[in-house]
Amino acid sequence: MSPAKKKARRAPVTKKVVRKPATATRKVAPKRTPLKVVSTPAAASPASPIGSIDALMAYAFALEAEASERYSEFADAMETHNNREVAELFRKLARIENLHAEHILEEMGWSTAPPPPSSGWRWQGLEGPETAEHTDLHYLMQPYHALQIALHNERRAEAFFADLVKKAPSGKVRDAAKEMVAEETEHVRLVEEWLKRTPKPDSDWAVDLDPPRWAD
Amino acid sequence: MSTAPAQAVTWTPQDYKSDYKPIWCPGCGDYSVLSSVTKAFAALQLKPEDTVVVSGIGCSSRIPAYTSCYGFHGVHGRSLVAGTGLKIARPELTVVVAGGDGDGYSIGGNHFLHACRRNVDITYIVMDNHVYGMTKGQPSPTTEPDWVSKLSPGGTGVRTFHPLVIALAAGANFVARAFAGDPNGTAEMIAEAIRTPGFSFIEILSPCVTFRPEQREWKKVVHPASVQWTDDPARAARRVMTDDGFNVGVLYKGIRPPYQPPVGKARKRVADLEKEFAI
Repeated sequence: MSPAKKKARRAPVTKKVVRKPATATRKVAPKRTPLKVVSTPAAASPASPIGSIDALMAYAFALEAEASERYSEFADAMETHNNREVAELFRKLARIENLHAEHILEEMGWSTAPPPPSSGWRWQGLEGPETAEHTDLHYLMQPYHALQIALHNERRAEAFFADLVKKAPSGKVRDAAKEMVAEETEHVRLVEEWLKRTPKPDSDWAVDLDPPRWAD
Repeated sequence: MSTAPAQAVTWTPQDYKSDYKPIWCPGCGDYSVLSSVTKAFAALQLKPEDTVVVSGIGCSSRIPAYTSCYGFHGVHGRSLVAGTGLKIARPELTVVVAGGDGDGYSIGGNHFLHACRRNVDITYIVMDNHVYGMTKGQPSPTTEPDWVSKLSPGGTGVRTFHPLVIALAAGANFVARAFAGDPNGTAEMIAEAIRTPGFSFIEILSPCVTFRPEQREWKKVVHPASVQWTDDPARAARRVMTDDGFNVGVLYKGIRPPYQPPVGKARKRVADLEKEFAI
Protein backbone atom coordinates (compact mmCIF):
# COMPACT_ATOMS: atom_id res chain seq x y z
CA MET A 1 0.00 0.00 0.00
CA SER A 2 1.38 3.44 -0.84
CA PRO A 3 2.11 5.72 2.12
CA ALA A 4 -0.54 8.14 0.93
CA LYS A 5 -3.19 5.46 1.21
CA LYS A 6 -2.36 4.83 4.84
CA LYS A 7 -3.70 8.26 5.75
CA ALA A 8 -7.03 8.48 7.47
CA ARG A 9 -10.12 8.86 5.34
CA ARG A 10 -11.70 12.26 5.09
CA ALA A 11 -15.26 13.36 5.15
CA PRO A 12 -17.01 13.09 1.79
CA VAL A 13 -16.35 15.91 -0.63
CA THR A 14 -19.04 18.54 -0.66
CA LYS A 15 -19.58 19.67 -4.21
CA LYS A 16 -20.20 23.27 -5.07
CA VAL A 17 -22.08 22.72 -8.29
CA VAL A 18 -25.28 24.67 -8.57
CA ARG A 19 -28.34 22.46 -8.80
CA LYS A 20 -30.33 23.01 -11.93
CA PRO A 21 -33.05 20.94 -13.53
CA ALA A 22 -31.78 18.31 -15.91
CA THR A 23 -32.57 18.77 -19.54
CA ALA A 24 -33.14 16.07 -22.06
CA THR A 25 -30.13 14.96 -24.05
CA ARG A 26 -30.17 16.21 -27.60
CA LYS A 27 -30.88 13.34 -29.90
CA VAL A 28 -29.38 14.59 -33.13
CA ALA A 29 -25.78 15.67 -33.46
CA PRO A 30 -26.00 19.41 -34.21
CA LYS A 31 -24.13 21.05 -37.07
CA ARG A 32 -22.12 23.45 -34.93
CA THR A 33 -22.46 25.25 -31.66
CA PRO A 34 -21.87 29.00 -31.95
CA LEU A 35 -19.25 30.20 -29.51
CA LYS A 36 -20.59 32.28 -26.71
CA VAL A 37 -19.36 32.83 -23.21
CA VAL A 38 -21.58 30.75 -21.02
CA SER A 39 -19.33 30.33 -17.99
CA THR A 40 -20.87 29.73 -14.60
CA PRO A 41 -22.39 33.07 -13.61
CA ALA A 42 -21.21 32.71 -10.03
CA ALA A 43 -18.51 35.16 -9.05
CA ALA A 44 -19.91 36.20 -5.73
CA SER A 45 -18.05 35.78 -2.46
CA PRO A 46 -16.28 32.70 -1.15
CA ALA A 47 -18.35 30.52 1.12
CA SER A 48 -16.49 31.56 4.29
CA PRO A 49 -16.26 35.23 5.24
CA ILE A 50 -12.89 36.91 4.77
CA GLY A 51 -11.92 38.37 8.10
CA SER A 52 -8.63 40.14 7.48
CA ILE A 53 -6.76 42.08 4.84
CA ASP A 54 -4.21 39.26 4.58
CA ALA A 55 -6.99 36.77 3.86
CA LEU A 56 -8.59 39.13 1.34
CA MET A 57 -5.33 39.67 -0.50
CA ALA A 58 -4.55 35.95 -0.44
CA TYR A 59 -7.84 35.39 -2.24
CA ALA A 60 -7.03 38.23 -4.65
CA PHE A 61 -3.67 36.62 -5.38
CA ALA A 62 -5.18 33.17 -5.90
CA LEU A 63 -7.78 34.62 -8.25
CA GLU A 64 -5.14 36.31 -10.44
CA ALA A 65 -2.70 33.38 -10.36
CA GLU A 66 -5.40 30.87 -11.32
CA ALA A 67 -6.55 33.13 -14.18
CA SER A 68 -2.99 33.48 -15.45
CA GLU A 69 -2.49 29.72 -15.43
CA ARG A 70 -5.73 29.12 -17.31
CA TYR A 71 -4.93 31.73 -19.99
CA SER A 72 -1.51 30.06 -20.42
CA GLU A 73 -3.24 26.72 -20.95
CA PHE A 74 -5.55 28.37 -23.51
CA ALA A 75 -2.54 29.87 -25.28
CA ASP A 76 -0.89 26.44 -25.45
CA ALA A 77 -4.06 24.87 -26.85
CA MET A 78 -4.41 27.56 -29.50
CA GLU A 79 -0.74 27.33 -30.43
CA THR A 80 -1.07 23.57 -30.85
CA HIS A 81 -4.00 24.13 -33.20
CA ASN A 82 -2.15 26.79 -35.16
CA ASN A 83 -4.45 29.62 -34.13
CA ARG A 84 -1.48 31.85 -33.49
CA GLU A 85 -3.26 35.18 -33.26
CA VAL A 86 -5.54 34.01 -30.45
CA ALA A 87 -2.66 32.12 -28.81
CA GLU A 88 -0.69 35.36 -28.67
CA LEU A 89 -3.64 37.18 -27.16
CA PHE A 90 -4.17 34.56 -24.47
CA ARG A 91 -0.44 34.64 -23.75
CA LYS A 92 -0.70 38.40 -23.27
CA LEU A 93 -3.70 38.00 -20.96
CA ALA A 94 -1.75 35.41 -18.95
CA ARG A 95 1.14 37.87 -18.59
CA ILE A 96 -1.21 40.64 -17.47
CA GLU A 97 -2.85 38.45 -14.83
CA ASN A 98 0.56 37.30 -13.67
CA LEU A 99 1.64 40.93 -13.29
CA HIS A 100 -1.44 41.56 -11.16
CA ALA A 101 -0.53 38.58 -8.98
CA GLU A 102 3.06 39.77 -8.63
CA HIS A 103 1.85 43.25 -7.78
CA ILE A 104 -0.19 41.81 -4.89
CA LEU A 105 2.87 39.96 -3.58
CA GLU A 106 4.88 43.17 -3.74
CA GLU A 107 2.20 45.27 -2.08
CA MET A 108 1.82 42.78 0.74
CA GLY A 109 5.57 42.22 1.13
CA TRP A 110 5.14 38.50 0.55
CA SER A 111 8.10 36.64 -0.92
CA THR A 112 6.07 33.60 -1.96
CA ALA A 113 2.50 32.80 -2.88
CA PRO A 114 0.21 32.70 0.16
CA PRO A 115 -0.84 29.15 1.01
CA PRO A 116 -4.48 28.24 0.52
CA PRO A 117 -6.66 28.02 3.63
CA SER A 118 -6.74 24.55 5.19
CA SER A 119 -10.14 23.94 3.59
CA GLY A 120 -8.84 25.14 0.20
CA TRP A 121 -9.96 28.22 -1.72
CA ARG A 122 -13.71 28.45 -1.42
CA TRP A 123 -15.22 30.15 -4.44
CA GLN A 124 -18.93 30.35 -4.85
CA GLY A 125 -18.58 29.09 -8.40
CA LEU A 126 -16.56 26.04 -9.39
CA GLU A 127 -13.36 28.04 -9.83
CA GLY A 128 -12.08 31.56 -9.21
CA PRO A 129 -14.17 34.35 -10.76
CA GLU A 130 -11.45 35.30 -13.26
CA THR A 131 -10.85 31.73 -14.40
CA ALA A 132 -12.34 30.93 -17.79
CA GLU A 133 -13.74 27.49 -18.51
CA HIS A 134 -12.06 25.12 -20.93
CA THR A 135 -15.29 24.62 -22.83
CA ASP A 136 -15.27 28.34 -23.75
CA LEU A 137 -12.63 27.58 -26.38
CA HIS A 138 -13.12 26.85 -30.06
CA TYR A 139 -10.28 26.07 -32.43
CA LEU A 140 -11.46 28.67 -34.95
CA MET A 141 -12.17 31.42 -32.41
CA GLN A 142 -10.91 34.92 -33.09
CA PRO A 143 -9.34 37.62 -30.87
CA TYR A 144 -12.77 39.18 -30.39
CA HIS A 145 -14.01 35.96 -28.78
CA ALA A 146 -10.96 35.77 -26.53
CA LEU A 147 -11.57 39.32 -25.36
CA GLN A 148 -15.23 38.53 -24.71
CA ILE A 149 -14.06 35.78 -22.39
CA ALA A 150 -11.65 38.20 -20.69
CA LEU A 151 -14.38 40.82 -20.27
CA HIS A 152 -16.74 38.26 -18.77
CA ASN A 153 -14.05 37.23 -16.27
CA GLU A 154 -13.14 40.79 -15.30
CA ARG A 155 -16.80 41.55 -14.66
CA ARG A 156 -17.09 38.49 -12.47
CA ALA A 157 -14.02 39.60 -10.49
CA GLU A 158 -15.57 43.05 -10.07
CA ALA A 159 -18.77 41.46 -8.75
CA PHE A 160 -16.72 39.19 -6.46
CA PHE A 161 -15.03 42.10 -4.70
CA ALA A 162 -18.22 44.20 -4.69
CA ASP A 163 -19.88 41.36 -2.80
CA LEU A 164 -17.00 41.31 -0.33
CA VAL A 165 -17.48 45.03 0.28
CA LYS A 166 -21.02 44.24 1.41
CA LYS A 167 -19.96 41.34 3.61
CA ALA A 168 -16.69 42.70 5.05
CA PRO A 169 -16.59 42.34 8.84
CA SER A 170 -14.49 45.47 9.40
CA GLY A 171 -13.89 48.89 7.90
CA LYS A 172 -10.30 48.06 6.94
CA VAL A 173 -11.28 44.95 5.00
CA ARG A 174 -14.15 46.86 3.41
CA ASP A 175 -11.81 49.63 2.28
CA ALA A 176 -9.37 47.11 0.84
CA ALA A 177 -12.18 45.32 -0.97
CA LYS A 178 -13.35 48.68 -2.37
CA GLU A 179 -9.86 49.26 -3.74
CA MET A 180 -10.01 45.89 -5.44
CA VAL A 181 -13.41 46.75 -6.93
CA ALA A 182 -11.93 49.96 -8.34
CA GLU A 183 -9.04 48.01 -9.86
CA GLU A 184 -11.34 45.45 -11.44
CA THR A 185 -13.62 48.21 -12.75
CA GLU A 186 -10.58 49.70 -14.44
CA HIS A 187 -9.74 46.31 -15.95
CA VAL A 188 -13.29 46.01 -17.26
CA ARG A 189 -12.96 49.43 -18.89
CA LEU A 190 -9.63 48.54 -20.47
CA VAL A 191 -10.93 45.29 -21.94
CA GLU A 192 -14.06 47.07 -23.23
CA GLU A 193 -11.84 49.56 -25.04
CA TRP A 194 -9.69 46.75 -26.38
CA LEU A 195 -12.84 45.07 -27.69
CA LYS A 196 -13.91 48.26 -29.48
CA ARG A 197 -10.60 48.28 -31.36
CA THR A 198 -10.91 44.60 -32.30
CA PRO A 199 -12.78 43.56 -35.47
CA LYS A 200 -15.96 41.61 -34.90
CA PRO A 201 -15.92 38.14 -36.44
CA ASP A 202 -18.00 37.40 -39.51
CA SER A 203 -21.11 35.33 -38.96
CA ASP A 204 -19.46 32.32 -40.63
CA TRP A 205 -16.34 32.40 -38.48
CA ALA A 206 -16.86 28.81 -37.38
CA VAL A 207 -17.28 27.39 -40.89
CA ASP A 208 -14.53 24.92 -41.63
CA LEU A 209 -14.36 23.58 -45.18
CA ASP A 210 -12.45 20.56 -43.92
CA PRO A 211 -14.11 19.90 -40.56
CA PRO A 212 -12.75 17.29 -38.20
CA ARG A 213 -16.20 16.04 -37.30
CA TRP A 214 -17.39 13.75 -40.03
CA ALA A 215 -15.86 10.68 -41.58
CA ASP A 216 -17.25 11.25 -45.07
CA MET B 1 32.07 17.82 8.37
CA SER B 2 28.43 18.71 8.69
CA THR B 3 26.14 19.13 5.75
CA ALA B 4 23.22 21.49 5.41
CA PRO B 5 19.93 19.87 6.42
CA ALA B 6 17.90 18.73 3.45
CA GLN B 7 14.98 21.04 2.78
CA ALA B 8 11.55 19.53 2.39
CA VAL B 9 10.46 19.65 -1.24
CA THR B 10 7.00 21.00 -1.85
CA TRP B 11 5.40 19.76 -5.04
CA THR B 12 3.06 22.09 -6.89
CA PRO B 13 0.56 21.03 -9.59
CA GLN B 14 2.91 22.53 -12.18
CA ASP B 15 5.64 20.08 -11.12
CA TYR B 16 3.54 17.17 -12.37
CA LYS B 17 3.10 18.62 -15.86
CA SER B 18 5.49 17.56 -18.60
CA ASP B 19 6.91 19.79 -21.32
CA TYR B 20 4.59 18.19 -23.87
CA LYS B 21 1.55 20.31 -24.65
CA PRO B 22 -1.76 18.47 -24.98
CA ILE B 23 -3.10 18.14 -28.51
CA TRP B 24 -6.70 17.70 -27.40
CA CYS B 25 -9.27 19.86 -29.19
CA PRO B 26 -9.65 23.32 -27.65
CA GLY B 27 -12.62 23.10 -25.30
CA CYS B 28 -12.11 19.40 -24.49
CA GLY B 29 -12.92 18.40 -20.92
CA ASP B 30 -9.72 16.36 -20.70
CA TYR B 31 -7.68 19.56 -20.18
CA SER B 32 -9.53 20.05 -16.91
CA VAL B 33 -9.02 16.43 -15.91
CA LEU B 34 -5.27 16.80 -16.45
CA SER B 35 -5.39 19.86 -14.22
CA SER B 36 -7.34 17.88 -11.59
CA VAL B 37 -4.87 15.00 -11.68
CA THR B 38 -1.89 17.30 -11.13
CA LYS B 39 -3.72 19.15 -8.35
CA ALA B 40 -4.58 15.85 -6.65
CA PHE B 41 -0.96 14.67 -6.84
CA ALA B 42 0.19 17.99 -5.35
CA ALA B 43 -2.41 17.76 -2.58
CA LEU B 44 -1.03 14.36 -1.65
CA GLN B 45 2.58 15.49 -2.20
CA LEU B 46 3.31 12.38 -4.24
CA LYS B 47 6.83 12.16 -5.55
CA PRO B 48 6.67 12.07 -9.37
CA GLU B 49 9.21 9.25 -9.39
CA ASP B 50 6.93 7.17 -7.15
CA THR B 51 3.81 7.81 -9.18
CA VAL B 52 2.75 6.12 -12.40
CA VAL B 53 0.00 7.04 -14.82
CA VAL B 54 -1.06 4.13 -17.03
CA SER B 55 -3.43 4.38 -19.98
CA GLY B 56 -4.80 2.56 -22.99
CA ILE B 57 -5.74 4.10 -26.32
CA GLY B 58 -7.90 7.11 -27.15
CA CYS B 59 -7.88 10.87 -26.73
CA SER B 60 -7.94 10.73 -22.93
CA SER B 61 -5.33 7.98 -22.89
CA ARG B 62 -2.73 10.50 -24.01
CA ILE B 63 -2.65 11.79 -20.45
CA PRO B 64 0.52 9.99 -19.21
CA ALA B 65 2.64 11.94 -21.70
CA TYR B 66 1.39 15.21 -20.26
CA THR B 67 2.55 14.38 -16.74
CA SER B 68 6.08 14.32 -15.40
CA CYS B 69 5.43 11.04 -13.55
CA TYR B 70 6.32 7.64 -14.93
CA GLY B 71 3.83 6.65 -17.58
CA PHE B 72 2.75 3.69 -19.65
CA HIS B 73 0.67 4.24 -22.77
CA GLY B 74 -0.45 0.69 -23.35
CA VAL B 75 -2.60 -1.41 -25.61
CA HIS B 76 -6.25 -0.54 -26.31
CA GLY B 77 -8.42 -1.62 -23.39
CA ARG B 78 -5.56 -3.17 -21.45
CA SER B 79 -4.56 -0.27 -19.23
CA LEU B 80 -6.00 -1.95 -16.13
CA VAL B 81 -3.99 -5.08 -16.87
CA ALA B 82 -0.74 -3.12 -17.02
CA GLY B 83 -1.68 -1.04 -13.98
CA THR B 84 -2.64 -4.08 -11.92
CA GLY B 85 0.56 -5.92 -12.82
CA LEU B 86 2.65 -2.89 -11.98
CA LYS B 87 1.03 -2.43 -8.57
CA ILE B 88 1.52 -6.10 -7.72
CA ALA B 89 5.17 -5.96 -8.76
CA ARG B 90 5.88 -2.57 -7.19
CA PRO B 91 3.40 -2.06 -4.34
CA GLU B 92 5.23 1.01 -3.08
CA LEU B 93 4.20 3.00 -6.16
CA THR B 94 1.00 4.99 -6.51
CA VAL B 95 -0.69 3.75 -9.67
CA VAL B 96 -3.37 5.76 -11.45
CA VAL B 97 -4.95 4.25 -14.53
CA ALA B 98 -6.73 6.60 -16.93
CA GLY B 99 -8.68 6.28 -20.15
CA GLY B 100 -11.93 6.83 -21.93
CA ASP B 101 -15.31 5.12 -22.11
CA GLY B 102 -14.53 3.20 -25.29
CA ASP B 103 -11.20 1.97 -24.01
CA GLY B 104 -12.48 1.09 -20.55
CA TYR B 105 -16.00 -0.17 -21.08
CA SER B 106 -15.87 -1.76 -24.52
CA ILE B 107 -12.44 -3.00 -25.52
CA GLY B 108 -11.39 -3.21 -21.88
CA GLY B 109 -14.79 -4.06 -20.44
CA ASN B 110 -13.80 -7.48 -19.25
CA HIS B 111 -10.70 -6.17 -17.52
CA PHE B 112 -12.82 -3.50 -15.85
CA LEU B 113 -15.03 -6.16 -14.25
CA HIS B 114 -12.14 -8.19 -12.94
CA ALA B 115 -10.12 -5.20 -11.76
CA CYS B 116 -13.10 -4.24 -9.59
CA ARG B 117 -13.36 -7.82 -8.37
CA ARG B 118 -9.66 -8.18 -7.55
CA ASN B 119 -9.61 -4.91 -5.63
CA VAL B 120 -5.92 -4.19 -6.20
CA ASP B 121 -4.94 -0.85 -4.64
CA ILE B 122 -5.08 1.36 -7.75
CA THR B 123 -7.21 4.29 -8.89
CA TYR B 124 -9.02 4.17 -12.21
CA ILE B 125 -10.36 7.37 -13.77
CA VAL B 126 -12.48 7.23 -16.87
CA MET B 127 -13.03 10.39 -18.91
CA ASP B 128 -16.46 9.60 -20.27
CA ASN B 129 -17.71 11.63 -23.23
CA HIS B 130 -20.13 9.00 -24.56
CA VAL B 131 -18.29 8.75 -27.90
CA TYR B 132 -15.15 7.46 -29.59
CA GLY B 133 -13.51 10.82 -30.30
CA MET B 134 -10.12 9.78 -31.65
CA THR B 135 -11.62 7.62 -34.38
CA LYS B 136 -14.17 10.22 -35.53
CA GLY B 137 -17.25 9.85 -33.45
CA GLN B 138 -18.51 6.27 -33.35
CA PRO B 139 -20.99 5.46 -30.56
CA SER B 140 -19.38 4.04 -27.43
CA PRO B 141 -20.92 1.83 -24.72
CA THR B 142 -22.19 4.92 -22.88
CA THR B 143 -23.70 6.62 -25.95
CA GLU B 144 -27.43 7.19 -25.65
CA PRO B 145 -29.38 4.69 -27.80
CA ASP B 146 -31.14 7.49 -29.70
CA TRP B 147 -28.05 9.60 -30.47
CA VAL B 148 -28.08 10.12 -34.20
CA SER B 149 -24.96 10.82 -36.24
CA LYS B 150 -23.70 9.94 -39.68
CA LEU B 151 -21.99 6.94 -38.17
CA SER B 152 -25.07 5.83 -36.27
CA PRO B 153 -28.08 6.79 -38.41
CA GLY B 154 -31.25 6.32 -36.41
CA GLY B 155 -29.20 5.76 -33.27
CA THR B 156 -27.80 2.48 -32.04
CA GLY B 157 -30.95 1.45 -30.22
CA VAL B 158 -28.68 -0.28 -27.75
CA ARG B 159 -29.04 0.13 -24.01
CA THR B 160 -26.20 2.12 -22.43
CA PHE B 161 -23.57 0.55 -20.23
CA HIS B 162 -23.85 1.73 -16.61
CA PRO B 163 -20.27 1.84 -15.30
CA LEU B 164 -21.08 2.89 -11.74
CA VAL B 165 -23.54 0.06 -11.17
CA ILE B 166 -21.19 -2.42 -12.80
CA ALA B 167 -18.33 -1.24 -10.57
CA LEU B 168 -20.49 -1.64 -7.47
CA ALA B 169 -21.68 -5.08 -8.48
CA ALA B 170 -18.18 -6.22 -9.33
CA GLY B 171 -16.66 -5.10 -6.04
CA ALA B 172 -14.86 -1.76 -6.50
CA ASN B 173 -14.04 -0.29 -3.11
CA PHE B 174 -14.55 3.40 -3.96
CA VAL B 175 -17.04 4.58 -6.58
CA ALA B 176 -17.65 8.20 -7.56
CA ARG B 177 -18.82 10.43 -10.39
CA ALA B 178 -17.15 13.75 -11.15
CA PHE B 179 -17.47 16.52 -13.72
CA ALA B 180 -14.50 17.86 -15.70
CA GLY B 181 -15.90 21.40 -15.50
CA ASP B 182 -15.22 21.35 -11.76
CA PRO B 183 -11.44 20.79 -11.72
CA ASN B 184 -11.04 21.61 -8.02
CA GLY B 185 -13.85 19.29 -6.92
CA THR B 186 -12.56 16.57 -9.22
CA ALA B 187 -9.03 17.00 -7.81
CA GLU B 188 -10.36 16.50 -4.28
CA MET B 189 -12.18 13.39 -5.42
CA ILE B 190 -9.10 11.93 -7.14
CA ALA B 191 -7.02 12.57 -4.02
CA GLU B 192 -9.66 10.85 -1.90
CA ALA B 193 -9.74 7.90 -4.30
CA ILE B 194 -5.96 7.51 -4.12
CA ARG B 195 -6.05 7.67 -0.33
CA THR B 196 -8.75 5.00 -0.10
CA PRO B 197 -7.27 1.48 -0.10
CA GLY B 198 -8.35 -0.92 -2.81
CA PHE B 199 -9.71 -0.39 -6.31
CA SER B 200 -11.07 3.14 -6.65
CA PHE B 201 -13.14 4.09 -9.65
CA ILE B 202 -14.11 7.61 -10.73
CA GLU B 203 -16.32 8.23 -13.73
CA ILE B 204 -15.58 11.77 -14.93
CA LEU B 205 -18.06 13.40 -17.28
CA SER B 206 -15.68 15.05 -19.73
CA PRO B 207 -17.28 16.84 -22.70
CA CYS B 208 -16.19 16.10 -26.28
CA VAL B 209 -16.79 19.47 -27.92
CA THR B 210 -15.99 18.19 -31.40
CA PHE B 211 -18.27 15.18 -31.81
CA ARG B 212 -20.71 15.93 -29.00
CA PRO B 213 -20.83 19.77 -28.95
CA GLU B 214 -24.09 19.63 -27.03
CA GLN B 215 -22.02 18.39 -24.07
CA ARG B 216 -20.83 21.98 -23.56
CA GLU B 217 -24.17 22.33 -21.79
CA TRP B 218 -23.37 19.65 -19.22
CA LYS B 219 -22.19 22.36 -16.86
CA LYS B 220 -25.79 23.53 -16.64
CA VAL B 221 -27.17 20.16 -15.61
CA VAL B 222 -24.60 18.60 -13.30
CA HIS B 223 -25.45 18.91 -9.64
CA PRO B 224 -24.05 17.61 -6.37
CA ALA B 225 -25.41 14.40 -4.96
CA SER B 226 -28.05 15.27 -2.40
CA VAL B 227 -26.94 12.53 -0.03
CA GLN B 228 -23.59 11.45 1.35
CA TRP B 229 -21.76 8.33 0.30
CA THR B 230 -22.77 5.00 1.69
CA ASP B 231 -20.89 1.81 2.55
CA ASP B 232 -23.79 -0.32 1.34
CA PRO B 233 -23.28 -1.25 -2.34
CA ALA B 234 -26.92 -2.24 -2.85
CA ARG B 235 -28.11 1.12 -1.58
CA ALA B 236 -25.53 2.91 -3.72
CA ALA B 237 -26.64 0.93 -6.77
CA ARG B 238 -30.29 1.79 -6.20
CA ARG B 239 -29.39 5.46 -5.96
CA VAL B 240 -27.36 5.52 -9.11
CA MET B 241 -29.83 3.44 -11.09
CA THR B 242 -32.52 6.03 -10.48
CA ASP B 243 -30.54 9.26 -10.82
CA ASP B 244 -30.38 11.49 -13.89
CA GLY B 245 -26.77 10.67 -14.75
CA PHE B 246 -25.56 14.13 -13.70
CA ASN B 247 -25.33 13.54 -9.96
CA VAL B 248 -21.71 14.16 -8.93
CA GLY B 249 -19.97 13.13 -5.74
CA VAL B 250 -18.67 10.09 -3.94
CA LEU B 251 -21.27 7.36 -4.13
CA TYR B 252 -19.73 4.46 -2.26
CA LYS B 253 -16.78 3.70 0.00
CA GLY B 254 -16.24 0.13 1.12
CA ILE B 255 -14.00 -1.51 3.68
CA ARG B 256 -12.89 -4.53 1.68
CA PRO B 257 -9.15 -5.03 2.18
CA PRO B 258 -7.16 -4.65 -1.02
CA TYR B 259 -5.69 -7.66 -2.77
CA GLN B 260 -2.31 -8.64 -1.41
CA PRO B 261 0.00 -10.75 -3.58
CA PRO B 262 1.52 -13.88 -2.03
CA VAL B 263 4.58 -13.06 0.02
CA GLY B 264 7.90 -14.75 -0.64
CA LYS B 265 10.32 -15.34 -3.44
CA ALA B 266 9.18 -16.48 -6.83
CA ARG B 267 9.58 -20.20 -7.13
CA LYS B 268 10.89 -20.11 -10.66
CA ARG B 269 13.68 -18.15 -12.22
CA VAL B 270 13.13 -16.17 -15.41
CA ALA B 271 15.39 -18.60 -17.24
CA ASP B 272 13.16 -21.53 -16.15
CA LEU B 273 10.06 -19.72 -17.38
CA GLU B 274 11.71 -18.96 -20.71
CA LYS B 275 12.59 -22.62 -21.07
CA GLU B 276 8.94 -23.58 -20.67
CA PHE B 277 7.97 -21.28 -23.52
CA ALA B 278 10.73 -22.40 -25.86
CA ILE B 279 9.54 -23.99 -29.09
